[in-house]
Amino acid sequence: MSSSPVVEVSGIHKAYGSTVAVDNVSFAVQEGEIFGLIGPNGAGKTTTMECVEGLRQPDAGRIGVFGLDPIKDARALQNRIGVQFQQAELQKRIKVREAVELWASLYDAPVDATRLLEQLGLSEKRDAWFMTLSGGQKQRLFIALALINNPELVFLDELTTGLDPQARRTIWDLVRDIKDRGKTVFLTTHLMEEAERLCDRVAIIEHGRIVDHDSPAGLIARHCPQRRTVVATAYPNATEAFGRLTPVDDVSSDGEELTVSGRGDDLVTAVIHAISEHQMQVTAFRTERPTLEDVFLTLTGHSIKD
Amino acid sequence: MLRGLWTLTWLEIKIFTREPMGLIGTVAIPVLMFVVLGRSVASRLTTSSWQGAETLRNGLPVFGAVFVAISTVLSLVAIISIYREGGILKRLKATPLEPVTILVTHVLVKLILTAITIGLMVLVGRRYYPSGVDVPVFSFSLALLVSTWSILSIGFIIASLVRTARFAPPLGSLALYSMLPFCGLFTPVEALPAPLQTVSSVLPLTYAVSLLSGIWKGNPWSSHLGDLAALVVVFAVCTAIASRVFRWE
Repeated sequence: MSSSPVVEVSGIHKAYGSTVAVDNVSFAVQEGEIFGLIGPNGAGKTTTMECVEGLRQPDAGRIGVFGLDPIKDARALQNRIGVQFQQAELQKRIKVREAVELWASLYDAPVDATRLLEQLGLSEKRDAWFMTLSGGQKQRLFIALALINNPELVFLDELTTGLDPQARRTIWDLVRDIKDRGKTVFLTTHLMEEAERLCDRVAIIEHGRIVDHDSPAGLIARHCPQRRTVVATAYPNATEAFGRLTPVDDVSSDGEELTVSGRGDDLVTAVIHAISEHQMQVTAFRTERPTLEDVFLTLTGHSIKD
Repeated sequence: MLRGLWTLTWLEIKIFTREPMGLIGTVAIPVLMFVVLGRSVASRLTTSSWQGAETLRNGLPVFGAVFVAISTVLSLVAIISIYREGGILKRLKATPLEPVTILVTHVLVKLILTAITIGLMVLVGRRYYPSGVDVPVFSFSLALLVSTWSILSIGFIIASLVRTARFAPPLGSLALYSMLPFCGLFTPVEALPAPLQTVSSVLPLTYAVSLLSGIWKGNPWSSHLGDLAALVVVFAVCTAIASRVFRWE
């Protein structure tokens, strides 16, 4: 991966009246990656993104997109970026095809509208009115509109909020496709699973401040190194047997189910080894990996859903 | 310049025709009322002995025109506030579309619909009104378009100040309809008490009514330069205010 930053944000600040929405936020988005700004609702994700898109002027700080100023060089940037908004609507009775054709007519070098609709699975809906589309179809149309000018950088704001799991998965595949076509993706989400599955790097934002940023795996390794293995067994001395293992920090039991916690990649191997050595009868076995959800909890002291 | 203007205008007209209520309210009802009125009174129009003939011949067309203009403006106010509330304006703003293009598009759509309504009325009127009545159709249409264009700028201020889609149309109605009693439509301005005449002289609608009724009676444009100037000033001032206070989201 090349390392020239596509987006460079340094020390931006934005307040609405006495409410500080974004407070000294800095980060960079590298070319060709999927970068996620993640955090709970109201953390400042959308405000930050809209500053980078040139829709809002930050009170302080500097933003560079392809080395250009998002507000002063708006015209030059418009042909190189694609934007999808949270909670956007179109005219109720506009047809899918008409919307894509309108957007295509606005740009210098649009991609082929028919092919784009095909790629997004909207071919059969081309003559449907916007108001008749499902949530997932609307989002796919908004992705189509964001891609119509063949942009180098695509902004996706809370792309899958309100969608059912099936539609969500379809959208995730489409986002990966965007990346595979060599584009850079900058997204926001409050869904940690989405961030973990899609993003190469994430920045966690809360109360308008960036708390930490890294790859999802890097954040998990640094903040939640603990692994857990759950073993269901009636073996009498299981707790002691697992407790003696080097990587194990703690063993707790809930009836026949033992939760073995420890750190490092050796934990699972050590537990399996002990089971085999003592010839334990095991009725269930699973490992639990910490997620970005746990990272968020560790960093902020509360769950992202609160 | 104004890239996308024609594509968007044509698209908005198509979208408008898909909305049954909008089409009925803006085009069908005025034309239908005209037909109904025409059927019931047309035959009596030429009878000079009938007292109502004069009112019908001169008052009604102006009356109708003013209502066409007002309903046009109100429908623009409604559209702008619905589009803003739904985030459509914001979505369009993030494209190379110039903000002014979007506004000009909606003014164009409304003016085109007004022209279509007048055209249909003229066609219908040919049938019911006596052919002897000589009316400057083209000049009158032009006067109505100029009046509508000017009042539209007031609509933009209303659309700018009232943010919610639910309240914009009723507040717009209040603002526009409250001008009616003082604009010379029901009572000639000269017949109003002096204080009300002053009120009347600052209302944009007064100049629209004066222009419309004058042109209908066959006055030359040169005798209405004052009205035209007033309407242009209203447009310039209101557009300047609207462009300062207008909100996209």
